[in-house]
Amino acid sequence: MPAPMPDISRQYQRREQLTMLALAFPALLMILLLVVLPVGWLAWQSIWHDGFTLENYRRILAEDIYWRSFALTFEISLTVTVLAVLLGYPIAYAASIVSRGWSIVILALVVLPFWTSVLVRAYAWLALLQRTGVINQLLRQLGLIDAPLALVHNTFGTVVATLHILLPFMVLPLYATMQKIPRDLLQAGASLGAGPVLTFWQIFLPLSLPGVLAGCTLVFVLSLGFYITPELLGGGRTVMVSMLVSRNVELYDQWGAASAVGVVLLLAVAAIFFVVSRFVPLDRVLGQR
Amino acid sequence: MNMSRPYRVAFVLVCVLVLLYLILPILIIAPMSFSGARYLAFPPPSLSTRWYQEYVGNAAWMQATRVTLTVAVLTVAIATPLGVAAAYAVSRSTWRIMRVIHITLLLPLVVPIIITAVGIFFVYAKVGLVASLTGLVLANVMLGLPYVIISVVAGLQSFDATQEMVARSLGMNRLRSFFAVTLPQIKASVIAGGIFAFISAMDETIVALFISGGQYQPLTKRMFTALRDEIDPTIAAISTLMTAASFMLVLIATTRRKDS
Repeated sequence: MPAPMPDISRQYQRREQLTMLALAFPALLMILLLVVLPVGWLAWQSIWHDGFTLENYRRILAEDIYWRSFALTFEISLTVTVLAVLLGYPIAYAASIVSRGWSIVILALVVLPFWTSVLVRAYAWLALLQRTGVINQLLRQLGLIDAPLALVHNTFGTVVATLHILLPFMVLPLYATMQKIPRDLLQAGASLGAGPVLTFWQIFLPLSLPGVLAGCTLVFVLSLGFYITPELLGGGRTVMVSMLVSRNVELYDQWGAASAVGVVLLLAVAAIFFVVSRFVPLDRVLGQR
Repeated sequence: MNMSRPYRVAFVLVCVLVLLYLILPILIIAPMSFSGARYLAFPPPSLSTRWYQEYVGNAAWMQATRVTLTVAVLTVAIATPLGVAAAYAVSRSTWRIMRVIHITLLLPLVVPIIITAVGIFFVYAKVGLVASLTGLVLANVMLGLPYVIISVVAGLQSFDATQEMVARSLGMNRLRSFFAVTLPQIKASVIAGGIFAFISAMDETIVALFISGGQYQPLTKRMFTALRDEIDPTIAAISTLMTAASFMLVLIATTRRKDS
């Protein structure tokens, strides 16, 4: 919000600007030193090894494991995003049409998992999905299966847990957008003879699309870089891009290779944000938590 | 909007199922943590607090808990004032550069955490901050700043800036008018931002995996390492405690925010 700026003099304005800069500086310095500098260093390392080299990037293009990992990551992220819209839309819609009390209940059920440790939730899914886990035990007691199902240590387990963790990132921006849709527009539609289904498809759905876009962006981008769930629930076979990065650092001490993979991931994320910012202001996408 | 009956039943059913999917996995950990069995079972065959005793009696878990709490408290103590100052600057200033600064301050939310983690590891390795408490706190301050800033910027947006101008025109300097007029009115969002920074520090895992070590390993790093090996029910006990802490803190943060 622009503050009323008394137009006394340029000097006053200059002083005001310097004060504001000084106030923002400590926080800015933290971000510069711990995000911008490290990421810049990473980028530098990916192209500089005793001189300029593109060897690390050539390897990404040449080696199969990199390709497969990028493809798998893309596939998992897309799956999670589509499922998040399908499951998140009804929830956000419900929260926006029910009474205030119920809407608080629904949002609480969305926000509480959101603020629960990702690690705890990964653990919960491990406990639920493993061979001797809760779900397999239940299905066995009900006599529905003879042998335990392989629900975890594969891509399925990774998707289920990742979706669980990212669903709130879909519901919250959706709800924020839906809440702002003027109800009299819907009444106008109804008064002109549109049934509830037509009103929804013709009026409500199009007006909620900015929220869908914001939610999809967040979920897709976050799952591109997801690490904990594939590591713990993927069973070593679901190698997502983030795991390529960490393995290159931890196991193989290949900092250059890790950096190059990181840079490619970062560029993908930046490209997505850039495209999306053409349609929805970025601070709206990010400020929904 | 009216829906015909079968649609409505189906719709409510879908919503209930999705909400159960969201909340049940978290709640199911609690009864399992009170199980008397060595393996994870639901429902637990017998009840006991042995996993909590195991946790409290284990020196390594206790040391990790101390590290986590120390880091979280220090993170809030540093990130809150820095975040409030920055939030004030970006929301009050009309200077165009401030928009760029605002976006920069939110970068920790945008850059995939694995990249930040590896990058910080490189930098810390050069300056000797790996496996130090200072390094862990600094990283968590960086990660917590956006939560404080987003919360306080929202608070400042609903606060009428002219009140502060009035105080200043009556002779208060900027600092005094901020503490006397503005801060009391945005108190709830400052507290909420601080609480979210605390939870973020308490739950942070990935950066800690890379940069923490020795005696300064937070709970999450030890849990992660333990989870890779086997499913130890002690982790169910710790998870339950962490979840309870998060739930309480979120409730405090959100109810306070509604008061204002």
